[in-house]
Amino acid sequence: MTALPMIEIKNVDKVFGNFRALDTLNASIGEGEFFSLLGPSGCGKTTLLRMIGGFDEPTSGTILIGGKSMAGIPPNLRPTNMVFQSYAIFPHLNVFENIAYGLKRLRLGREEEESRVSQALAQVELTGLGPRMGNQLSGGQRQRVALARALVMRPKVLLLDEPLSALDKNLREQMQVELRHLQRQIGITFVLVTHDQYEALSMSDRIAVMFSGQIAQIAEPKEIYQNPATRQVADFLGGMNFLTASDVAVNGKGFKAALPGFGAISGHLSGKAISDPAQAIIGIRPERLRIVWEGETADPMISGKVVDRNYFGEVTSLVVAIEGQAEHVSIVETNDFGADDIPVGSDIRITYDPDAFVIMQG
Amino acid sequence: MKFLPSSRRVLSAYVIIYVAILYFPVLLLPVFSFNDSATPKLPLVGFTFKWYEGLAGNEAMHGAAWNSLVVGIIAAFLSTILGICAARAMTRHRFRGKGAASGLIMAPLILPEIIIAISLLVVMLSMGLQLSLFTVILGHLLICLPYSVTVLVSGFEGFDPSMEEASLDLGESAFGTLRRVTLPMLAPSIISSILVTFTISLDEFILAFFLSGSEPTLPVYIWGQLRFAAKLPNVLALGSILIAASLVLLTAAELLRRRAERKMAIRP
Repeated sequence: MTALPMIEIKNVDKVFGNFRALDTLNASIGEGEFFSLLGPSGCGKTTLLRMIGGFDEPTSGTILIGGKSMAGIPPNLRPTNMVFQSYAIFPHLNVFENIAYGLKRLRLGREEEESRVSQALAQVELTGLGPRMGNQLSGGQRQRVALARALVMRPKVLLLDEPLSALDKNLREQMQVELRHLQRQIGITFVLVTHDQYEALSMSDRIAVMFSGQIAQIAEPKEIYQNPATRQVADFLGGMNFLTASDVAVNGKGFKAALPGFGAISGHLSGKAISDPAQAIIGIRPERLRIVWEGETADPMISGKVVDRNYFGEVTSLVVAIEGQAEHVSIVETNDFGADDIPVGSDIRITYDPDAFVIMQG
Repeated sequence: MKFLPSSRRVLSAYVIIYVAILYFPVLLLPVFSFNDSATPKLPLVGFTFKWYEGLAGNEAMHGAAWNSLVVGIIAAFLSTILGICAARAMTRHRFRGKGAASGLIMAPLILPEIIIAISLLVVMLSMGLQLSLFTVILGHLLICLPYSVTVLVSGFEGFDPSMEEASLDLGESAFGTLRRVTLPMLAPSIISSILVTFTISLDEFILAFFLSGSEPTLPVYIWGQLRFAAKLPNVLALGSILIAASLVLLTAAELLRRRAERKMAIRP
């Protein structure tokens, strides 16, 4: 990752009355990093973002930006700018005046101000929309104006509070790509709050997954998905088959176990500490289980019976009862080989990479 | 809701009678103010402007009208300024005693006005305050504030607090945010508040009667004139002018408010 930490979060707590909204958070966000705070609503991700922006103060602990403590520093004096969930576009000002709002205080002179605003408008592909009033914009345009208004201030850190949640699916996916491009192009730190795991996975350099005021895992998207630290993290980031193994042995960087119906399996720890192997849960993503088609053979190979089938267009999800395994497992298979034609009740054979299993503390 | 034709007829009749009882006496006022007779009674005798002409040279009435204008404008502006502060505190902050504070602000709405008037009179006199327009303004401030706060609280509730946060985030100070975001966004509510409180102050009688001393406001002056039967037609003329003026004022302010509101509304 990047060398210098831009934001350091040290032992941050936030208590509202009797409710502990944030519990001893620690994180370090690098310069130029695209960092996401991912979690269900009420997990404290927005509270943490607002603290970085200066709209809330930690009950205890410190937040440093660029090495300087931000304690007691109001939002207008922080090197951060925010894109609000509601976008907060000033309806009494036009697009140009909205974007120039923060520049007015810098007294740049008319020419400099105009050139910076038109540069920002070009950056978000809204050139020519300057005279439009703030209340005459579509959702996507408002989102772009909010982005331009923040970027024109040239912050060290851009904070984004669920910026895409109000947009419809196609526009959202388009904006995900554009935001990522923009971040690479300007090279400043982005901190994004989202509850959408695909958004976090596709856009971020690193993700912090939060549940009830605590950070469950901070890692790169691939690591979070493939090697979730806890069952909760695994569950939040797409489907996972959770299975109980016996004879779990943890040694150094890997583990071995005996899984009913599967036989001997193994996997990587990736730095996780499993304090009590006997209570550990074994997981495998549905797409890591593959169907062995007629006339093919594989090793390892196990048999099962299809008990349910769900069609999703490009993929089909099968629920399979595996011989010798009490839990049903789900398999996701692309439809190019006819997984959508497998009748419920038929017998199938399944193969997998014996190293594809992950171990999580229960 | 759907009504049977017969009950619909009954409802229409009810509405017509209701509106007639409410507005008929008010309509009589301008009619009699143009009637060439010293007593307001039917049948009408003849058309005249003389009651209006009589007002033109009436120095005491002009003084009272001026007093009402001064009191109304100052009370409306002070009440709206205080109302903005109170409404902001109530909608944007959590603090100890918030319920009690808002209850106290609203209390004059339900307290009998005569009790407020007597209490204020006693307190002001014992404080050594001379009765003047100043004391009337203080009294009117008390009864105008609940209306200002009510109008402005709904104004604050109607706009997203992140507008103010966005302004701070973009480097603006707290005062600059008030000037550049909060006040322009609140403009429709501020106009309403000024207008409503000005109207309340303009026709308020009891407090003004107790607190005005030797400087009567218009309602106090009119009340004084009613003792002289011969002055009644002049009072009717004055009343008609007041009705016309407030109609014009209300319409203008409502148009202004609607225009400001249209400017604020977020269209999808």
